[in-house]
Amino acid sequence: MTDVVTAQPPVSIAHTEPTAVSSGSPPARPDFQIVPLKGLPIVALIFVGLIIAIAANKLWPLVFLHVAFGAAWTIVDLFMGFVIGPTMGKLPPPARIEVVTRLMPKMVLIMPTVVTVTLAAGWQLGVLMGTVNSSYYNHSWIVASYIVVGFMAVIALGLLSPANIAVLTELKKPEPNPAVIQKLMKRFIFAAGFTGMLQVAILVIMTRIRVG
Amino acid sequence: MSERTLPPVTQLAMTSLALILIGGIYLASHLPQQVPLTPAWILLAASASLLAVNLIALSRVKDFAWTKFFSVGKWALLAYMIIAGLIEYAFLRDGLSGDPLVVLTLSIIVYAIHVPVLIAFTVAQYEQ
Repeated sequence: MTDVVTAQPPVSIAHTEPTAVSSGSPPARPDFQIVPLKGLPIVALIFVGLIIAIAANKLWPLVFLHVAFGAAWTIVDLFMGFVIGPTMGKLPPPARIEVVTRLMPKMVLIMPTVVTVTLAAGWQLGVLMGTVNSSYYNHSWIVASYIVVGFMAVIALGLLSPANIAVLTELKKPEPNPAVIQKLMKRFIFAAGFTGMLQVAILVIMTRIRVG
Repeated sequence: MSERTLPPVTQLAMTSLALILIGGIYLASHLPQQVPLTPAWILLAASASLLAVNLIALSRVKDFAWTKFFSVGKWALLAYMIIAGLIEYAFLRDGLSGDPLVVLTLSIIVYAIHVPVLIAFTVAQYEQ
């Protein structure tokens, strides 16, 4: 993974002091890992917990994982789409680069993890409680949730994830192309906003299912 | 930013993913009833065809950044294989078997290949 994760840009760019920005040098760009290696053990631990919860097939662990990670997914999508996105658009380019290089590597690990855990635990919970059965009295709402999650998955897998990795790879280059970064960040923020809107629909559906 | 003419890999990949998701929703929404698998097979075949079209179209691109494509793609493939394995484990844990298991397993394989291809393509297309 060394070529992807630990490739280092030239020292002069990676560790430029902030003062260099005002003197006409390339914008300061903190060093970063595209995939934060320190986070991988945490992700592995969460996946082990997920496997144990599915194998045990007990109500509480599945509810905990589905609700906790589902809430995280919803909050992150809404926050990225409606708070971070518009804020980033108003930041000057050096500040934007600072935010991107610190935020986006974390998103590479956070999003696939919360999505996988939410969906896997949610499905197992549905099997355990019988809510995935077509005889369930709120079945139409369950199917509606499949459809909305399906839309979100296509947007996340097709636009969000690739843009996330691509913008970080571009920033790793000795001379990143600002136009490429801008284009990819626009795509990322648009996709995050769209999935944020779909998360509102998920909130409506889940609360509707809960009250019956 | 110089734009090159590249095949519509992103559009085809998103369509392919949408097709297998529709197939999955079709099967999941009828549980535990046995439903005809023909629609799911058709959707899977269409999705796999789009994956094949994407790979063929990509292989014909001249001067593509293949080194970058494969360096990103191999790790993305590993990550999505792990996720696909978790999904498959959940299916087996729930006692899924027979033709529905075959359809869903093949769908997961298409997903686990197409997403890394898409990520690697998105990165490599901006490589000079």
